[in-house]
Amino acid sequence: MPEIIAIIKDALPYLLSGGLITAGIVTGAMALGLILGLSMAVGRVYGSTAVKRVIGIYVWFFQGVPILVLLFLFYFGVFNYMGLNLSAVSAVTVVLGMTTAAYQANIFRGAILSLPQGQFKAASTLGMSDIQTILAIILPQALRLSIPAWSNEFSIVLKDSALAFVLGAPEIMARAKFVASRTYQHLPIYIVAGLIYFILTWAGVRALARLEKTVRIPGYSNKGI
Amino acid sequence: MTRQDTILRVENITKSFNGNPILRGVDLTLRKGEIKILVGPSGGGKSTFLQCLNCLISPDSGQFWLEERPVDIFSKKELYRYRQQVGMIFQDFNLFDHLTAMDNVTLALRKVKKMDKKAALARAIVELSQVGLEDKTRLYPAELSGGQKQRVAIARALAMDPKVLLLDEPTSALDPDLTGEVIDVIRNLAKKGMTMVMATHQISLIRTLADEILFMEAGVVVEKGSPKTLLVPGTRSQGFCDKLNSLSGEGI
Ligand SMILES: Nc1ncnc2c1ncn2[C@@H]1O[C@H](COP(=O)(O)OP(=O)(O)OP(=O)(O)O)[C@@H](O)[C@H]1O
Ligand SMILES: [Mg+2]
Repeated sequence: MPEIIAIIKDALPYLLSGGLITAGIVTGAMALGLILGLSMAVGRVYGSTAVKRVIGIYVWFFQGVPILVLLFLFYFGVFNYMGLNLSAVSAVTVVLGMTTAAYQANIFRGAILSLPQGQFKAASTLGMSDIQTILAIILPQALRLSIPAWSNEFSIVLKDSALAFVLGAPEIMARAKFVASRTYQHLPIYIVAGLIYFILTWAGVRALARLEKTVRIPGYSNKGI
Repeated sequence: MTRQDTILRVENITKSFNGNPILRGVDLTLRKGEIKILVGPSGGGKSTFLQCLNCLISPDSGQFWLEERPVDIFSKKELYRYRQQVGMIFQDFNLFDHLTAMDNVTLALRKVKKMDKKAALARAIVELSQVGLEDKTRLYPAELSGGQKQRVAIARALAMDPKVLLLDEPTSALDPDLTGEVIDVIRNLAKKGMTMVMATHQISLIRTLADEILFMEAGVVVEKGSPKTLLVPGTRSQGFCDKLNSLSGEGI
């Protein structure tokens, strides 16, 4: 037993710094997903038929193909082919970001569609342009409504990020696997790895719940999406 | 009245939805300070016409003149400028749910009129006081009663200094005991000479405010005239108002 504790103690800093890398990957992926997903949601609701179709295909593709396949496809295929020499960490961040963008596009689109259409009309009658209306009226409300679903998506992306070890990105899972295979202490090491994921999820979900509370509008009944 | 008095003129507005003609060539000429009231059976096209007037619904055909200058509704820039001058009040208020009463009024002042924050706030206070809501400026729409919401919507529209105000059944989503406060505000606007086109079933408003009643049915104006000439036995409008009367018990 003391031996196990010593191994964990030894491995902990190593695993925790993997946690930092995981956190970096997830933050980057969620940010990329937010920007791409929000743009696609707006395009899918307000864009031309052609725009809607292109976005539809994008979403369909990234929702339909397993992440593991996407990781290999982009890291060894597309990125290479494009002459991009991305590190494993960057590649994982980009691929997870593009994937979550497809899911986030659906989240934001649902939120936009759940807003009463009359507010758009009211803004138009005041002389506001479509873009002004989307930025000042539609998105602030759609984003608020999206926080719970976005938080859910965050926890999924965090867990998906464990797949990054297949490309050799030195995140939690890769490091746990490395330590476990060297020390043969699979059980305690993976328990610690699992705990780090758990703490990251908990912290993120807590932070988003707080954000939701902070930006809540008095009396506004969140019909949910 | 001289020609210059004409504020808004539209001719031959038509609109079909999925092949069903909803408006079949409606004309309207509005002089400064004039109040025209649209009445008629449900589905007659009143809301569609009002929304065509500021192109919230783009008509299939029709010409527009604002103060005798033709408006090219297909130019976005011109359309945005035109809409600034034609305010609209909706049945269901359509306040911006994420903004306080104050910010509902200041938003377009800042974004469209490019006012600075201080000027916009000052203007918003004036307009909100006009509708008796100076003590509710910090409340969100969900914290306001229906009548208060509609008054914020009116303040929001008036802050833009519209030349014409369109009102689509401004009181019909309200509980009966809340219609009075909104009707009072509308009467005040009339007193100040606001030019308005309003669809309403409020007999008291029709009778006392209308310079002209337009009776719309199946997408056309079938009768028009002043309340004096139209609200006499034998006209469609009188028959319609009688029916409203028997429903609401309101005297005419
Ligand atoms: N977006 C739309 N698509 C299809 N049909 C529509 C649409 N908007 C309105 N209509 C139809 O147009 C007709 C006229 O509707 P409109 O709302 O203008 O009538 P209204 O005179 O305002 O009636 P009410 O007194 O009930 O408000 C109705 O038959 C309605 O079903
Ligand atoms: Mg109507």
